[in-house]
Amino acid sequence: MPNSLQMPTDARISLADNLRRLGAISLFIWVFFFWGCRTEHPYVQNAVFKDNQEIVVTFSGPVDEAWANNRANFSVYEKAAPDIVADLQAAALSSDKKKLSLRLAEPMNRENPHTVILKEILAGGKSLGTASLTVAKPYIGTLVSILIGAMIIQNFVFSKYLGLCVFFGTSRKKSTAVGMGITFTTVIAFSSILSWALYQFVLKPFRLDYLQVVVFIGLVSLTVQGVDTIMRKVNPKLFKAFGVYLVLVIANCIIIAVPLTLAQNEYNLSESLMLALGAGLGFLIALFLMSSVRERIEFANIPQSFRGLPIAFIVAGLFALSFMGFSGMSLF
Amino acid sequence: MPTAPKTHSQLFLNGLLNENPIFRLALSMCPAVGLSTTVINGLLLGVAVLFVQVFSSCTISLIKNFIHPRIRIPTYTLTIATWVTVIDLVLAAYVPVAYKAMGIFVRLIVAFAIITMRLEVFACKHDLAASFWDGMGMGVGFLFGMTTLGAIREMLGMGSFLGYDVLGFRPLLFFVLPAAGFFTVGFMMAIFNYVETISRRRKRGGRNA
Repeated sequence: MPNSLQMPTDARISLADNLRRLGAISLFIWVFFFWGCRTEHPYVQNAVFKDNQEIVVTFSGPVDEAWANNRANFSVYEKAAPDIVADLQAAALSSDKKKLSLRLAEPMNRENPHTVILKEILAGGKSLGTASLTVAKPYIGTLVSILIGAMIIQNFVFSKYLGLCVFFGTSRKKSTAVGMGITFTTVIAFSSILSWALYQFVLKPFRLDYLQVVVFIGLVSLTVQGVDTIMRKVNPKLFKAFGVYLVLVIANCIIIAVPLTLAQNEYNLSESLMLALGAGLGFLIALFLMSSVRERIEFANIPQSFRGLPIAFIVAGLFALSFMGFSGMSLF
Repeated sequence: MPTAPKTHSQLFLNGLLNENPIFRLALSMCPAVGLSTTVINGLLLGVAVLFVQVFSSCTISLIKNFIHPRIRIPTYTLTIATWVTVIDLVLAAYVPVAYKAMGIFVRLIVAFAIITMRLEVFACKHDLAASFWDGMGMGVGFLFGMTTLGAIREMLGMGSFLGYDVLGFRPLLFFVLPAAGFFTVGFMMAIFNYVETISRRRKRGGRNA
């Protein structure tokens, strides 16, 4: 078959094409999402956390100073607990009368969304009605912190000690490491989304939580089998390069740890995807770092009894120590 | 494995020493590194793995004639998952505090390579009694490895054993750190290797003399 010689370039183009399409779709979703995130009242542009104790509300036009200086007009509480109203320390209007900053007596937890009630907004002597605003951390911040958290700060290999069998088995050469990492990331993204859907729509409504382990591991085997079959038919070249790693994916604890984590934390779809991608990419990073070191260790003169796995474990220990430096880091 | 059928005690000792899952086969390293900070953790997880290993081995050995070879791996996985669910619920009900300390690891037993490997290599070819003793050997071997690691780390890190203060001081706080798990396992493997080389050399020397 002369045609098969051109397979690789074709495959790469179609892959790049698909990636671009995926990117466009996700961009669309983001834009849609941010439009949906605007506040409910027409005169209020947005409301954001400034720091632990301050919320800044921006209006689309100037408001009356007398109204803004009366603290009784405003109330702030956590969205989940409307009974506990926070104490307002001060309310101040900026010089252009468009920005109102509400200062609270006690720091609030910015992880939780808060509700701000503005009673009878007065602008130019006219009442514009009562506004109820939701203030939340920018959602993309949460997503990025989940991604980076799973990738580096709480790296599954070096900080949670999972997936070690496969980690030590495939980190001998850089090429193997990268192949394993890519295959693993793909499979974990698919299987996590499937597990999320099954957990949210089947297991939880029917109270079958205790079947988590059985269902998730079954789904993982299914995904591996599915990816195997599809890749074998659609792109034999790619299958030749990555097929060997597919079998190993199922022996990796991370692949079952991620669905369990996202079921435990009640993540939504995009958060689950971020966790899965973070776990996959974190595994890739760990494999790559480790294989770079192990390729050089091959040539080092180390004591006889330490050759092979023992020295690999000690290197991994050093990596784990350095990854401890990331602990407690927060991005947003 | 074209070897003569072994007696049950040989099967048991094989798992405990010659093919110790942690130090010799280097399988199921995740709990060995992550959960071996204290003896009690190692002991509990070891018991859980022993239970799952023995029951899965017996189950597979009983139904081995009804499994189509092509779907044997999914069958193994689901069998293990069933027994893991059982032990998970039992531990959550009877030892809730320790269960919380072990976190996600009990459920992760389902992905431990050692159990699947024993089913594939041994249980699907042997009768019930042999599979039972092989499972016991592997499980006890794992239990032994986990408790040894736990004892070393607890002794060096906290100066205590099973929660009781033994030494009265803390020799190397470093060993309490999670990252020290890697070092402990690495050094233990090196020691096992060293002992093996020495004994082999002695055997050879004895023959020559």
